[in-house]
Amino acid sequence: MSDLRELYQSTILDHNKKPRNFRTLAPATHHADGFNPLCGDKVSVWIEVKDGVIRDVSFQGSGCAISTASASMMTESVKGKTLAEVETLFRRFHDVVTGEIGAEPSDDELEALGKLAVFAGVREYPARVKCATLVWHALRAALADGAGADRPVSTE
Amino acid sequence: MSAPSRRAPDALDAARLREEFPILHQTVRGRPLVYLDNGATTQKPRAVIDATVAYYERDNANVHRGVHLLSQRATAAFEGAREKVARFLGAASAREIVFTRGTTEAINLVAWSFGRTHVGAGDEVLITAMEHHSNIVPWQMLCAEKGARLRVAPIDDDGALRMDAFASLLGPRTKLVSVLQVSNALGTVLPAREICALARERGVPVLVDGAQAVAHTPVDVRSLGCDFYAFSGHKLYGPTGIGALWGRGELLDAMPPWQGGGEMIASVTFEQTLYNVVPHKFEAGTPDIAGAVGLGAAIDWVSAVGLERISAHEHDLLGYATEALRGVPGVRLVGTAREKAAVLSFVMDGVHPHDIGTVLDQEGVAIRTGHHCAQPVMDRFGVPATARASFAAYNTRDDVDALVKAVHKVRELFA
Repeated sequence: MSDLRELYQSTILDHNKKPRNFRTLAPATHHADGFNPLCGDKVSVWIEVKDGVIRDVSFQGSGCAISTASASMMTESVKGKTLAEVETLFRRFHDVVTGEIGAEPSDDELEALGKLAVFAGVREYPARVKCATLVWHALRAALADGAGADRPVSTE
Repeated sequence: MSAPSRRAPDALDAARLREEFPILHQTVRGRPLVYLDNGATTQKPRAVIDATVAYYERDNANVHRGVHLLSQRATAAFEGAREKVARFLGAASAREIVFTRGTTEAINLVAWSFGRTHVGAGDEVLITAMEHHSNIVPWQMLCAEKGARLRVAPIDDDGALRMDAFASLLGPRTKLVSVLQVSNALGTVLPAREICALARERGVPVLVDGAQAVAHTPVDVRSLGCDFYAFSGHKLYGPTGIGALWGRGELLDAMPPWQGGGEMIASVTFEQTLYNVVPHKFEAGTPDIAGAVGLGAAIDWVSAVGLERISAHEHDLLGYATEALRGVPGVRLVGTAREKAAVLSFVMDGVHPHDIGTVLDQEGVAIRTGHHCAQPVMDRFGVPATARASFAAYNTRDDVDALVKAVHKVRELFA
């Protein structure tokens, strides 16, 4: 049985109310915008990469509690990580939130996610998965295209 | 609102009506289903489901083609449904009814066929600021192709059309007016008759998008004074994939076909093709016969219940729900025009509509959240999206109570 508190954990509600790293970043080495045309959620991500490590990262945008909290917590999670580590973390995050409905993620999976494990409940709400992953797609697009990402990444 | 005084003595018994809708009798997420997403699509009564099944079990064949009995029955059922649509809309003749996939296709038909022959460079098409994307994009495409201009009549802060501005935008270059009758995002009822009269004075034809109107108010296209009328079956308790365009006979006669194929032709050689007469000229390919039969059954059902009664019942619910939601701190209604149909759009301080929708879903309450395919309306009110409850004949005050209770839950969670 899924429960609302499984989805809206207190950490998520807290980050929604007080998003961390909610600002622009200048100068940024990487930037991208994300857009979910279905619900109108928008997010912009700025990243400063030096020697293959994310030194700083920030975001701005408007969206639901899940997307705002996901963006806020992502910025905290990827700061200080190498690009390879970020990609691994994204894969794990993606696997957990898009996992089969009703199937519990393993303890190992959750542990590897660290604080991001609070998003595991999203898998029970397929309509909300894109809310959680939008900012990650924007982050990856920024890292892939560099500062020249002129087309917003879309969830559709 | 003085809703109760509007109720007819033989007020509609929604609780009894519910019995006819199999889908309503289920639990979702462990709670009884409260379906308040009727603006997106209505549920189907047993009579509609049975008619569709019966068609496939007894009569299925292609129409207008075979000499065999099943084909004759299928043709009779299909054309019988056309007659029902014609009577339902007050059309002069069934030949003025073109079956389409729905409202969107009906509008596209007019844009392609009528629009391409009547709208040229420098001409204008006039719509309103509250149109659904389906009554914006076809005109944008037409205007881009022809070098024409799309003009948009503004709305006020309540979501009512500014008639003065509309009248001044209706100019010598206006070749067509296309307006919705009821706003899906705001619930506003447009003064369609007044709009049609104004346009008629200036010789401008009017298309009325009745998608959100037909299930809530009796429609008579001739007393409305429009030239085209479009609607979808699935918002009228009928199946998806079927709808209709009504057009004045003389306009349809003069319009070129828009899709080529079987059914729409009189004769074909490689040198020359002669087109069929209306409405068949506009119905290329095998139509959704079962859909039309289902739509006919839906019209029978709605007519038996009575649109006046449905309208009175829904106004009662709208008044009751408006009052109740206004009492929830932090809730703001979007769309507060004086004339409204059964739509209640709202936002909540500090809570995104998507989160409202998810919490309500958890309580068994199905509503729509998002931009409702009306992004310009959202921009007008400065919101990315709204939560929208929309009512149908089978909804009750208990449903409204469940909605309001769930909205309180949202507040608690996000406090």
